[in-house]
Amino acid sequence: MALVLNEEQEMLREAAKGFLGEKAPVSALRKLRDDDDPLGWSRALWEEMAAMGWTGILVPEEYGGIDYGMVGAGLIVQEMGRNLTASPFISTAMMAVTALREGSDEQRQKWLPGIAQGKTVIALAVDEGVKHDPANTALRAEAHGNGYRLNGEKSYIIDGFDADALIVAARTSGEPGDEAGISLFIVEKEAVGTASSRTKLLDSRNYAHTEFKDMDVAGDALIGTLDEGFALLERVLSVGRTGLAAEMLGASEQSFDMTMDYIKERKQFGTHVGAFQGLQHRSAHLYSEIELVKSAVLKALQMFDEAPEMAGAGAALAKAKAGEVGVLAANEAVQMHGGIGMTDEYDIGFYMKRIRAAQELLGDYAFQANRLAILRGF
Amino acid sequence: MSDLATFRDETRAWLEANCPAEMRKPMRNEDDACWGGRNFKFSSPAQKTWLQRMGEKGWTAPEWPKEYGGGGLSREQAKILKEEMAVIKARSPLMSFGIWMLGPALLKYGSEEQKKRYLPQITRGEIRWCQGYSEPGAGSDLASLQTRCEDKGNHYEITGQKVWTSYADKSDWIFCLVRTDREAPKHQGISFILFDMQSEGVSTKPITLISGRSPFCETFFDQVKVPKENLVGTLNKGWDIAKYLLTHERAMIGDSGGGGGALGGRSLGQIAVNALGTDAQGRLADSALRADLARAEIDGWSFLLTMERMKDEAKAGQGIGARSSMLKYYGTELNKRRYELMMASKGHGALEWEGEASRDGELPRAWLRTKANSIEGGTSEVQLNIISKRILGLPAT
Repeated sequence: MALVLNEEQEMLREAAKGFLGEKAPVSALRKLRDDDDPLGWSRALWEEMAAMGWTGILVPEEYGGIDYGMVGAGLIVQEMGRNLTASPFISTAMMAVTALREGSDEQRQKWLPGIAQGKTVIALAVDEGVKHDPANTALRAEAHGNGYRLNGEKSYIIDGFDADALIVAARTSGEPGDEAGISLFIVEKEAVGTASSRTKLLDSRNYAHTEFKDMDVAGDALIGTLDEGFALLERVLSVGRTGLAAEMLGASEQSFDMTMDYIKERKQFGTHVGAFQGLQHRSAHLYSEIELVKSAVLKALQMFDEAPEMAGAGAALAKAKAGEVGVLAANEAVQMHGGIGMTDEYDIGFYMKRIRAAQELLGDYAFQANRLAILRGF
Repeated sequence: MSDLATFRDETRAWLEANCPAEMRKPMRNEDDACWGGRNFKFSSPAQKTWLQRMGEKGWTAPEWPKEYGGGGLSREQAKILKEEMAVIKARSPLMSFGIWMLGPALLKYGSEEQKKRYLPQITRGEIRWCQGYSEPGAGSDLASLQTRCEDKGNHYEITGQKVWTSYADKSDWIFCLVRTDREAPKHQGISFILFDMQSEGVSTKPITLISGRSPFCETFFDQVKVPKENLVGTLNKGWDIAKYLLTHERAMIGDSGGGGGALGGRSLGQIAVNALGTDAQGRLADSALRADLARAEIDGWSFLLTMERMKDEAKAGQGIGARSSMLKYYGTELNKRRYELMMASKGHGALEWEGEASRDGELPRAWLRTKANSIEGGTSEVQLNIISKRILGLPAT
């Protein structure tokens, strides 16, 4: 597949750009933050996205989706990155849908139409510590009656507060650190109840901490095969990592554009500061780095359709590179803006905060680089 | 069967029948590279046969039109040829500045007579070309070049000095930038001209580099007589051709430097593993080096994909333009990093300068050679200036 967008994909990008620029620009995020909105995103906006087919972009047509594929999902989330649009798109429309597509007929029928209609939000509960480390899952699920009994804790669940269900990675055999012996369960909001608490991170979005104390789920809560959930979990995480990479690409592009506009306007020493070679060379370097991110992200998105067996590596590459360059783009943006870049009134700080969160979520640079090194035999 | 599938089958069969076995082994040293030309000494009969056969098919320049000695292949067909050659590990039949640089310029700016005369000699490897661009006083500021070219009525007369002329001592002809108008602003008095290196008044002197090798020369012109029909394009408009060629050269340097082998072949990390060993988990024991290697691989892979994307975009009608400066900048800086890491991975062994084991210091000499990557063809700083002005639109001082 050529590393360019086709006409249909270009149209989708234009549509996403137009819609998000109008309905969910950075000022919308600012308002959600200032209002201390409990969710940190707008249900009304989410339903509008559903009406355009976005929430069902990876959902099969028989469940009300448009099954458009990862490149389309990536384009939407890249535009969300440009606008810092807050929504449960990556958690629900990308990751949960990827997991549930591998679920039973009943599970697909129960959950996928709701996601496509914008009525259902489902989050992935995987992390237990301060660093992403899925193989280290310790939360236990033990056979109990006709179902399972869950004990343990999950933290930093993306969009997990008030979610209609959580997809929980649990250990059903083996020890923390083993990839074997991990299973995925879908746990409904009613079962979670008050065991879940909300926390906001610096990006003003909601994350949940959930304590599982003898929490019972039915046997049909298991997604996929018992003890063999790690491969599916990895696929779900790869989809999420690629989504975050696309989002960081959009955020990097936008903060770079804002910075270029600013240094062409701002005058000091009687000239535009953008005329100084000290800033020009750093800008040109950053431009080059962002070009590399574009290539890595597009390839990672395409791999899910054209070479799924390599998609995990593609996702790790895209997440690593987009995270590294995202942090550089945010740092350079604030530095080149000077004092105004440090003020809350100016938008650039929102980009720095979201990129900081996104590069950490689902594995930071070191995590992805370690995976790639192992794949490459060192 | 699609036309392309048929082409692939035919190509595979032809290569199988025509590529000598010896030409399917990796090159042992620089002498195994075939540059062609009047005075070239083939390292083996197989090397000569391979050049002749590929030259006859025009496959030394697959995408050039057949009437000028090229293969007349479409982009897709050329890609298939490249892939099929890679399958049998066929060596490149011909290294040639004529193919990489002069040819594209002649195809765009040359007269019909010039194309008919020079291009077939290039594809058959009969004439070896060198490039006369830089001068002692015109490096990054190339347009300030001073080599004088005067109209003497029925011919031109050229006097001056070039430097960093690649393989000038081994080349048959030179394509050269000369000043034809000393009064005009510097970019508007330059012309692009071709002449025989055997002409009276031409002399060359190799420059020994820090690697101990001498791929470059100083080249002197003392009242060299050049026929008027050797001027390419319009008088005093040579800078346009120079810029066009530099774009080609930059893409090429970026390409060769780049992520080479990041996706295929042995990874940088495996080179280190072979030299230094692993811990119990199979990981490179030196964790700091391992992190640096992983970073270089991530950048190498991303860069390779960027090269691919630029080619696909060019095919889809979006020219590369000034973005070739980005490729040149990033590819060469990356290549320098890769060689630093290879040196680190081999430790003291990487310092060996002579003897069989190190193949006379192949690695350290190559490492030293990479230091020129970010200087030749426009320094990294010049590329960053071009990106700033032409892509980002940042104001001039």
